[in-house]
Amino acid sequence: MPAIIEARKVEKSYGTEGDGRIQVIAPTDMAIYPGEIMALLGPSGSGKSTLLRILTGLARPTGGEVLHNGQPLTGPCSNVAIVFQSFALFPWLTVLENVAAPLKALGVQAAEREERSTRILDVVGLDGFENAYPKELSGGMKQRVGFARALVVEPEVLFMDEPFSALDVLTAENLRGELLELWQSHKMPTRAVFVVTHNIEEAVLLADRIVVLGKNPAVVRTDFPVALDRPRDHKDPRFTSLVDYIYRVLTRPGEEAPPPVLPARPRYQMLPHAQHGAVAGLLELLADHGGRDDMYRVAAALSFEIDDLLPVVDAAALLGFAKVEEGDVEITAAGTAFAEADILQRKELFRSAALQNLSLIREITRSLEARADHTLPDGFFEDLLDEHFSEEEAKAQLDTAIHWGRYAELFDHDTDTHQFFLPEETSPTAPPEVAAR
Amino acid sequence: MTLRPLLSRAVVGERTWSALLDLLVLAAVLAGIDGVAVITRYWFGAVTPAAEISHSPRALPLYAFYSVVRIAAAYMMSLAFALAYGYIAAYNRRLEGLMVAVLDILQSIPVLSFLPGVMLAMVALFPTRQLGVEFGAILLIFTGQVWNMAFSFYASLKSIPRELREAARIYAFSAWQRFTQLELPYGAIGLVWNSMVSVAGGWFFLMACEMFVLGKRDFRLPGLGSYLQTAAGSGDTGAVFWGLGAMIGVILLIDFLVWRPAIAWSDKFKFEQVEGSAQPTSAVLHMLRRSALIERFSLVVMAPLSERINSRFARRAAPAAGSAPRAWKIIAAVLLGVAGAGVILYALDGAVMTLKTLTGSEVVSTLAGAAATFGRVLVSLAIAALWTIPAGVAIGFDPKLARIAQPFAQIAASVPATALFPVILLALLRIGGGLGVGSILLMLLGTQWYVLFNVIAGAMAIPSDLKEVADVFRFRRWDRWRTVILPGIFPYLVTGMVTASGGAWNASIVAEYFHFQGRTLSTIGLGAQISQATDTGNFAVLLFSTIVMALLVVSVNRSVWRPLYRLAQTRFKLES
Repeated sequence: MPAIIEARKVEKSYGTEGDGRIQVIAPTDMAIYPGEIMALLGPSGSGKSTLLRILTGLARPTGGEVLHNGQPLTGPCSNVAIVFQSFALFPWLTVLENVAAPLKALGVQAAEREERSTRILDVVGLDGFENAYPKELSGGMKQRVGFARALVVEPEVLFMDEPFSALDVLTAENLRGELLELWQSHKMPTRAVFVVTHNIEEAVLLADRIVVLGKNPAVVRTDFPVALDRPRDHKDPRFTSLVDYIYRVLTRPGEEAPPPVLPARPRYQMLPHAQHGAVAGLLELLADHGGRDDMYRVAAALSFEIDDLLPVVDAAALLGFAKVEEGDVEITAAGTAFAEADILQRKELFRSAALQNLSLIREITRSLEARADHTLPDGFFEDLLDEHFSEEEAKAQLDTAIHWGRYAELFDHDTDTHQFFLPEETSPTAPPEVAAR
Repeated sequence: MTLRPLLSRAVVGERTWSALLDLLVLAAVLAGIDGVAVITRYWFGAVTPAAEISHSPRALPLYAFYSVVRIAAAYMMSLAFALAYGYIAAYNRRLEGLMVAVLDILQSIPVLSFLPGVMLAMVALFPTRQLGVEFGAILLIFTGQVWNMAFSFYASLKSIPRELREAARIYAFSAWQRFTQLELPYGAIGLVWNSMVSVAGGWFFLMACEMFVLGKRDFRLPGLGSYLQTAAGSGDTGAVFWGLGAMIGVILLIDFLVWRPAIAWSDKFKFEQVEGSAQPTSAVLHMLRRSALIERFSLVVMAPLSERINSRFARRAAPAAGSAPRAWKIIAAVLLGVAGAGVILYALDGAVMTLKTLTGSEVVSTLAGAAATFGRVLVSLAIAALWTIPAGVAIGFDPKLARIAQPFAQIAASVPATALFPVILLALLRIGGGLGVGSILLMLLGTQWYVLFNVIAGAMAIPSDLKEVADVFRFRRWDRWRTVILPGIFPYLVTGMVTASGGAWNASIVAEYFHFQGRTLSTIGLGAQISQATDTGNFAVLLFSTIVMALLVVSVNRSVWRPLYRLAQTRFKLES
């Protein structure tokens, strides 16, 4: 299939010839094919956005060429659209005028302009807001206007430059879902979508093909199709294994492993980084609220940002104390028991739930028990985790494990000697002697 | 959406009110047409360079009308020039540096230095019509208004966010659409505020521009400025107060009819992501927006017209991406460059010839004058800073006080200090002060407001958490000023001081040399030197002192204000 837009050996450097010359993009080939959503992923400052601007003709490469339907590109590419990170709406124009502006540029007459703009505003769910000004809208709605303005010209390729990164987590998730729906139901009059992002999960969720960029200078690290069915589930082990793979590619330059074969081997469970006190607080709140509540309301009641609440909810769910359903958290029988218990009983409940459900906690406890001196160095577990997580994440996993292990009084850790050990005179199955604090 | 306006139209009260509005608008249009007729008759009448200026208050309405027309015409020219100059400077990479430097220098040249050249050229151009003299006066006012507007538009164009520009490019906006939907709206707020400052400057120099002696020739144009000057010259205190009253009245009226609506209107061009709480309002704008007459006019005339213009440009933009007229463009550019260089060389030669006639004593007195004026500018700036910083901070920190004080300060600032000169001079002479000290006071009158307004804005912009930190840790008064207030207002203070120092240099022209009660009061100073040279037609001294002043202002800007400005932009910038 011929590419719609194709970059051949494009490179970009700044400064003059000689020592001051900085290359930001090494000679790169890239092509956008009809019928696919392509994601360009890379760390910040890797030149993703510059590459997008080269592909759209907004920026000229210092070397190489860009072909649009086989013709070399000399100026901004006709018949493409961009959705910007900052929305780039004109604040002095109404929603309708903003959307109609590209049509005006095409010389479309007023009546037809209004008709087409209104229709596309309907599609993105903004009917009724035609006469509002952008500053009166929320971030998510502004980006909807951005989408409408892009789609109204029926572009061949829809370019998106970090379209969701200025939005809060839930709004972004929502918009992503709607975008996919439009794309899959062919309500979107475009032949291909090209999205630049630094969010790995976003790329895996949206894209049919992912290109990962390395930096200094930008170079394609890997380019692979995403063979996951839609709708895709963040919790699907095959989804998470792809995310991990990309994470490894991004964090370990030089190591060019092939993408994982799906379905991948069972994956290591990841401990959410939450404090046990927060888990207890969540459960008490849920018990007070009749056992089930909306995630947002819970966050508000605990004065948490929703981002900070999510790991707590994950932790409660992993421990079997709560369930998550359609944006609601619901407490389980075990959770209710925990919420109603006193301090000593809570530790007991937590300990058995942790041993039963948390593989890392279980593994640390069993390994320590198997040793004659009941101690093991950090390195032992770090090696274990390194296979599954980035170095940074492995450390974070161990920190959380230590925090939870201490609370459950399953094991302890000496930061000076960098060793894990079992608390003296307590075996994990006997009740604890002292209630902490 | 469509139903509600229809329903409200049906309400009787709405209907009559709207008709009344239409009558008002219609009356305004008729008055405008009549005004044009009056002006045309006057302009194309026989030339009377030195009109007899009446002292009677009854002459004031006509004089005020003439002055307003002059200022309005000069302002329109300034606006057109500023848009064109700013546009070219922002987009032509080769000319940009040169054009900004030229702007910097022209801005530092006082109005009076343009006077002889402009006046003689215009009179030569239209020897038999009043138009020549009139046009000369308008051009003079123009030279005092235009530079900061051009700077403002240039700076706005340069600071348009990159993604907005890219949106315009990727959606293939024509040059016209880009101008009307992106560039002009983005620059609108800066233009409106600078227009206000510019027009205030026009009033400031009105007296100098309407009535002056050039060598042996006496120019006197009927207007408010010449009325005030004649009244002051003959010591007619009653007439001075009448003139002052008329001027303040006109300024307030313009503020109400033009600037308030313009500010309220330009609020929609604010580049903000969320809606601010306080929005400026204007009764006049409200009226215009509700007038059915204007609505019909824009629907029947303006909308189809803009549609026509747009589709013309849009269609032309589509195919014409070729580079056919390239060679033609290069030739034109070369020809223009050669012509420009020729004119500059010729002018330079003339300037050198003129400067050769300077005598040693003239050079010495000009340099001494420069030193004296420099000292006065410094003193007036210091005094301005000394009282405006505490006052501005007090006003800015106290919203209640701000609400009361701001309109007063705005009125005080919009009254041209020159109009008050006669009154102040009378007082000064009575208590025995000379013009040497008096001129500092006069400079102060014209410039302290810039500092005050900026300090108020700066104090209001200090985030309340910083103030709360100072409260929580019980900062003592001095610590509070040193760690919170002064750094907080610093960028604003610098902006105000830059404007004020420019204003003070310019004001020296009118402050150091004054015709009063039939005699000429003057003191040693660069401004006096320039004024006197104009009066006596001594072009060598005029040229030399203008160069000295421009050099002084530009070098002070480069060596003092610009580094401070950079410091303000980097270290003392409060990001929210």
